[in-house]
Amino acid sequence: MLTKAFRNVRALPVAILLMIATALPVMAGPFEDAVGKFANDEFSDTEEAVGVLATGGNPLAYTIISALQDGRLMADPDTKKVYVTQPDGKSIDASTGAPVASVPDSAAAVRLNNRLRRTVEAALGGLTLLSPDPAKRVQAAQSVFKTHDETMLPVIDGALQKETNKAAKLAFTEARAAILLFKEDATDAEKLEAIATIKARGDQEALALLTGLTGDQPPAVARAAANATSAIQSNLALWSTVQNAWYGLSLGSVLLLAAIGLAITFGVMGVINMAHGEMVMIGAYVTFVVQETIRTSYPGLFDYSLLIAVPLAFIVAGAIGILIERSIIRFLYGRPLETLLATWGLSLVLQQAVRTMFGPTNREVGNPSWMSGAFELGQITITYNRLWILCFTLAVFAILLAMLRYTSLGLEMRAVTQNRRMAASMGIATSRVDALTFGLGSGIAGIAGVALSQIDNVSPNLGQSYIIDSFMVVVFGGVGNLWGTLVGAFTLGIANKFLEPVAGAVLGKIAILVLIILFIQKRPRGLFALKGRAVEA
Amino acid sequence: MAHVLTRSLDRSATVFLIVVAAVGVLIPLSNLLLPAGSMLQVPTYLVALFGKYVCYAILALAIDLIWGYCGILSLGHGAFFALGGYAMGMYLMRQIGSRGVYGNPVLPDFMVFLNYPKLPWYWHGFDMFWFAALMVILVPGLLAFCFGWLAFRSRVTGVYLSIITQAMTYALLLAFFRNDFGFGGNNGLTDFKDILGFNVQADGTRAALFALSCLALIFGFLICRAVVTSKLGKVLIAVRDAESRTRFLGYRVESYKLFVFTLSACMAGVAGALYVPQVGIINPGEFAPGNSIEAVIWVAVGGRGTLIGAALGAVVVNYAKTVFTSGPLAPYWLFMLGALFILVTLLLPRGIIGTFNAWWEPWKAQRVSTAAESAAREDGISEPNPAE
Repeated sequence: MLTKAFRNVRALPVAILLMIATALPVMAGPFEDAVGKFANDEFSDTEEAVGVLATGGNPLAYTIISALQDGRLMADPDTKKVYVTQPDGKSIDASTGAPVASVPDSAAAVRLNNRLRRTVEAALGGLTLLSPDPAKRVQAAQSVFKTHDETMLPVIDGALQKETNKAAKLAFTEARAAILLFKEDATDAEKLEAIATIKARGDQEALALLTGLTGDQPPAVARAAANATSAIQSNLALWSTVQNAWYGLSLGSVLLLAAIGLAITFGVMGVINMAHGEMVMIGAYVTFVVQETIRTSYPGLFDYSLLIAVPLAFIVAGAIGILIERSIIRFLYGRPLETLLATWGLSLVLQQAVRTMFGPTNREVGNPSWMSGAFELGQITITYNRLWILCFTLAVFAILLAMLRYTSLGLEMRAVTQNRRMAASMGIATSRVDALTFGLGSGIAGIAGVALSQIDNVSPNLGQSYIIDSFMVVVFGGVGNLWGTLVGAFTLGIANKFLEPVAGAVLGKIAILVLIILFIQKRPRGLFALKGRAVEA
Repeated sequence: MAHVLTRSLDRSATVFLIVVAAVGVLIPLSNLLLPAGSMLQVPTYLVALFGKYVCYAILALAIDLIWGYCGILSLGHGAFFALGGYAMGMYLMRQIGSRGVYGNPVLPDFMVFLNYPKLPWYWHGFDMFWFAALMVILVPGLLAFCFGWLAFRSRVTGVYLSIITQAMTYALLLAFFRNDFGFGGNNGLTDFKDILGFNVQADGTRAALFALSCLALIFGFLICRAVVTSKLGKVLIAVRDAESRTRFLGYRVESYKLFVFTLSACMAGVAGALYVPQVGIINPGEFAPGNSIEAVIWVAVGGRGTLIGAALGAVVVNYAKTVFTSGPLAPYWLFMLGALFILVTLLLPRGIIGTFNAWWEPWKAQRVSTAAESAAREDGISEPNPAE
């Protein structure tokens, strides 16, 4: 193993030398000659000089060419001297790299035209192909893949041979395939192999490359290209479906999170709580306060801010919920329409209170480091905050289900829901259960606020934007059934995201609302309706 | 006809009508005839403001008709109001003609701005007043008919109905906000020039519009009274208090509901149509679900199921809103409105008129024994008591 690796390492410089030797144009002179050509300010000379620099391996080459690209390469036509003005204002002599006091007044920026600009870009791409940073190498290979510039082939070949990084190697292979595909004198076998490689890549750029393939290709190649194109297209369609499904799941998790609390208060207790959205908003503001405290007093704890905020939000929103139940809602049981009006008024008061305390503008709530960023899965990008929210929602849902099923409070809640009088006869303090149930629903709304603060603007209007959607989810899923809420939320989320590309965001939403309205006509009690006499209560 | 009138007009209804008629005559007259600056002269801006209140009162009547007498709590009546308003706004936009900023004789300004090649089909005919006036009633009525037909037939009741009416107005809000929907998007319709050839800004036009609004309120009130005092009205109250029982007695509940819901939507549309020329603008904000709920609270404040109370509540609450939002108390208005929602539902479930009647009734009953009528009124204020 070791000796083999050693041999490889020894072989590398030879390969690079070989590659350079083949790449150099016939009239290649030393590096200084090439630099001098910039001073002629002729497009053809500039192109030649760029070509020489790109393959010459001189450490200054990158500086000079990027200066050329930005119009910072100054040439003096009289002395034939070339200077680079650095972005910081200092200047160096292009051929030696030595700093100079000032660029003479007679010097002017070397001009470029569009064709040259492409050459310059390609040359820069080639130079970064040999960068020590693998990420930069991959990036450079990608840009070669797009331009499929034939002159880069030797550089790519050389880089491919010495490449050890897996991602970079793949990128180089793909870049090489792109070049070979467009190379006039490549053999059919080479082209077929190239098409296979590009097909394996299978993304939008690969598709663009293949559809860009014109001219009279040999029939075998043309057929392979056509096959690859359709394969990529169906592959892309599949991925865009996956992407929509993911967006839908993500939206569904947000809807579910906002609606779970409502499923408890509306679904289980039958209380129309229009102030439910404001409980969500309060949870978001609790997160803001926690983060603000951490920022000013304990900056090290920032990554744990959400872990602190979740129980706090539950307690604060839950306490407010119990207060509301004791002071307002318990007087309105059995009068759902009045409850609706009173809680709407309450939502106005809560919104205005928050507006007075925290101001009407959006407050900034930051993402902890473990929630920011994204990763790629196949052709789609998944952001960590969306993923965490999905997991968090499912966890909250599971805990809630377990609570209702296995704790004594959950048992009492279900008993009161199913038959209030019987439950009271069995010695359950129904009014205490009512208060706790309402507190639980509100507390969960508060937790939802913590999560939503990560993806939405934290403003006094935060809750209002979720209230109608939440009601839709609960009504669609079926009142009094948590599973219905789960199915309802994800169905609506996914349906919304699949309609969006077809109809546009707003029309998609309208279509969903109309569909729900029509759906309620068909099944007035939702997807999973409670059966039995309790329904008529 | 005379029979219907005598039946619908009890003493309080007559008093109400006389007050509205007096206001409708005196305010325009004082505005037009008295010299500016005189103590008794009502300034033009106040005429427009009061005109707005009267339109709200018509909307409140419409809501009271369905909520107070049939138990249908619509949280989307603002949508019918706004649709009527848009129909009138479209007529007013077409009247601008070539006086717009872009001077296009056919296309309203916003369409020129948004590069519409020609007038969308649904804007045709709105250059004629009779057509627009027809649409003011037809469009909200048709929407309410279709919506109600679907909803009542499948027995969507109570809170579910409230929520889907809210979804309806929300969907319309989103739709009207779109620029390519063809109704001016976010900015709505504004910059009106004249109505039936009269300048909408002129004092005379405003006074006339105010008088017309009062007339519409009187007519609306008479229609509502005629409905609720008829046999039909008795069935409506029965539906409100015991829907299933009424159905078992052989009444087609959904037909009654559908009729009254559609009638109410048409009234709301007329209110919106009178509202638009007086405030000079209609925009998608009128569809906001909050507006519809606010209109419900006017009814609750005045007294649900009393009609007079609804109109009174609309004027009182909106007057309070004007006073508070224009003064130093502006930041506290939402607190007050919110508290109003809570306190009225908790402490004053019968509203102003209902509570007054509850005090007045026993005393009156001692003097005159008009048993039938007081029974009807008592029905109007008692709460349905749902079974466990």
